[in-house]
Amino acid sequence: MSKKILEVKDLKIRFITDFGTVYAVNGVSFDLYEGETLGVVGESGCGKTVSMLSIMRLLSEPPAKVSADYMKFKGKEIQNASEKDMNKIRGNQVGLIFQDPMISLNPILKVGFQIMEPLRNHTNMGKKEARERAYELLCLVGIPEARKRLEGYPHQFSGGMQQRAIIAMALACDPSLLIADEPTTALDVTIQAQIVDLVKRLRDQFGMALIWITHDFGLLAGLADRINVMYSGYIIEKGIVDDIYENALHPYTRALLQSIPSIEGKLGEPLKTIEGFPPELYNPPNGCPFAPRCEFVKDICKQENPLLIEYESGHKAACWVEIKTGELR
Amino acid sequence: MSDNNFLIRIENLTKNFPIYKGILIERQVGAVQAVSNVNLGIKKGETFGLAGESGCGKSTLGRTVLQLYKPTSGKVFFRDIDLTLLKGEELRQARKHMQMVFQDPYASLNPKLNVSRIITEPLEAHNIGNAKTRHEKVLELLDLVKMSRYYTNRYPHEFSGGQRQRIVIARALALEPEFIVLDEPISALDVSIQAQIVNLLEKLQERLQLTYLFIAHDLSMMRHISGRVAIMYLGKLVEQACRDELYGNPLHPYTQSLLSAVPIPNPKRERDRRRNILEGDVPSPINPPSGCHFHPRCPIAQDICKQEDPEWREIVDQHWIACHFPLEKK
Repeated sequence: MSKKILEVKDLKIRFITDFGTVYAVNGVSFDLYEGETLGVVGESGCGKTVSMLSIMRLLSEPPAKVSADYMKFKGKEIQNASEKDMNKIRGNQVGLIFQDPMISLNPILKVGFQIMEPLRNHTNMGKKEARERAYELLCLVGIPEARKRLEGYPHQFSGGMQQRAIIAMALACDPSLLIADEPTTALDVTIQAQIVDLVKRLRDQFGMALIWITHDFGLLAGLADRINVMYSGYIIEKGIVDDIYENALHPYTRALLQSIPSIEGKLGEPLKTIEGFPPELYNPPNGCPFAPRCEFVKDICKQENPLLIEYESGHKAACWVEIKTGELR
Repeated sequence: MSDNNFLIRIENLTKNFPIYKGILIERQVGAVQAVSNVNLGIKKGETFGLAGESGCGKSTLGRTVLQLYKPTSGKVFFRDIDLTLLKGEELRQARKHMQMVFQDPYASLNPKLNVSRIITEPLEAHNIGNAKTRHEKVLELLDLVKMSRYYTNRYPHEFSGGQRQRIVIARALALEPEFIVLDEPISALDVSIQAQIVNLLEKLQERLQLTYLFIAHDLSMMRHISGRVAIMYLGKLVEQACRDELYGNPLHPYTQSLLSAVPIPNPKRERDRRRNILEGDVPSPINPPSGCHFHPRCPIAQDICKQEDPEWREIVDQHWIACHFPLEKK
């Protein structure tokens, strides 16, 4: 049995604003094992990005207010770790890739310099050595004419190339965990396939754990081992990938899966829709956050929020209703 | 392609954007060949899908059809009227029958106008009706796009992306057009909202006998909504066929790799899937490659592909392709 690399218990994130408190994440717990890939899926505003940012302690407090029972990286509590200790983890043991490559790169610094930066900060490599390693990294992520590209600026790279350079940067210090936050959303489908393929290859080559945040259920099918489905700051369903796709226990997961068309399969029926829109995070309703949009809604759903309970082996859901029968559990 | 069933007919349409250099003495140093030599016809009442990667010219094509860009050469027929010859008032009158829905519902609504003003604007511009009939029209349109009648005095910032897109659609329908260009109408929306808008568009089409040109890069949604589909690459059409033929039996190597790049929401299928992933990026349309534009990325390119531009031909009934070595039919 491999070891746990990340353990999070009851993570809560609030944002205190002039207009009231935003309940962004409401008690999220999950574990991640070494070498495992966790997919986090949900719509915008469901808290998937902030929860990852808070684990890396990248949210500024205030306005954010983060609390958790524990948050352990490689068995060590990091909630109260000093900024200095966190800097030893971020960019070194954990690599991060964000959605928009254009924003993640500094436009006025050469790409080579930016890839050397983590190496110079986290290792005692000399300049020459770091440059050589940066060159190797660019080759590794499949950038042609890597030697020349080290001297290039971000605007001279295409979107896909920029994302490759960022992956090179994230991998520079051989991290044991890579967090990718919608890294392909800004890219075309052919480039997306290239990047997913690259990350998969590197993950297997280096045995990294991977957290992949996305709103695209289709993408995770071929990538993740386990999936957390988030809605309105809660994990509403989690399980291994096959269970989620074939036997979704939560009405939201099932409706979301049925609302995306595929390039295969039957045609001619209207898409299944989820009426309404996600709730405001200022005034979360009592009861289940999905209740106002749910087709199976019962009285209890509006009063009490269901807990995340293991209904089948390794497959948890937070729902009062058994969706196969439409009856209460 | 001189079939009379076509509502929109595009013949040899080309659109170049000139590039100028110099401050005092400007001279043209090149051109972005956004759309080159495109031929297609859109039948009344159908949804014609146009897909391709970003920068392939699909949006430019949509806008050139509506004469929002003046074409460099070629013709666009609406019924039997050549739109490229129209000017001024004639063009304005013709445009009544054609509308557009853009990608970003945040950018396409004026934040200072309320819903009622937004939807009546096209009616005012064309001097249709009076204040009372216009107001009735607004209410009718709000019903049509499934929005509450109470929203007339609200402003765009009070609505979510999906609701804004409904307002945009209501505005597009105000003049009772026959033809609507939908330029990535759902890509800015959340997954659960996309299906709502697509179902709405399909219902409206059925009810009002609309003809759509649906531009998107999402090939799964394209398959769901379109009757016929064309694939574009670097300003040119590379393949066109009816939906089932194109998805079931793609003959152009580009179409095939594009389809194989689309993820399938099924873990078992994904695991056994054999993909052919395209290498490299889309080249610049300023200096497109010689011969077939796709040859630098094509897995089966040969010498002739570098030299000769493949002809746009009908290879099987109603299945058009531009390739020297089309793949074998399955």
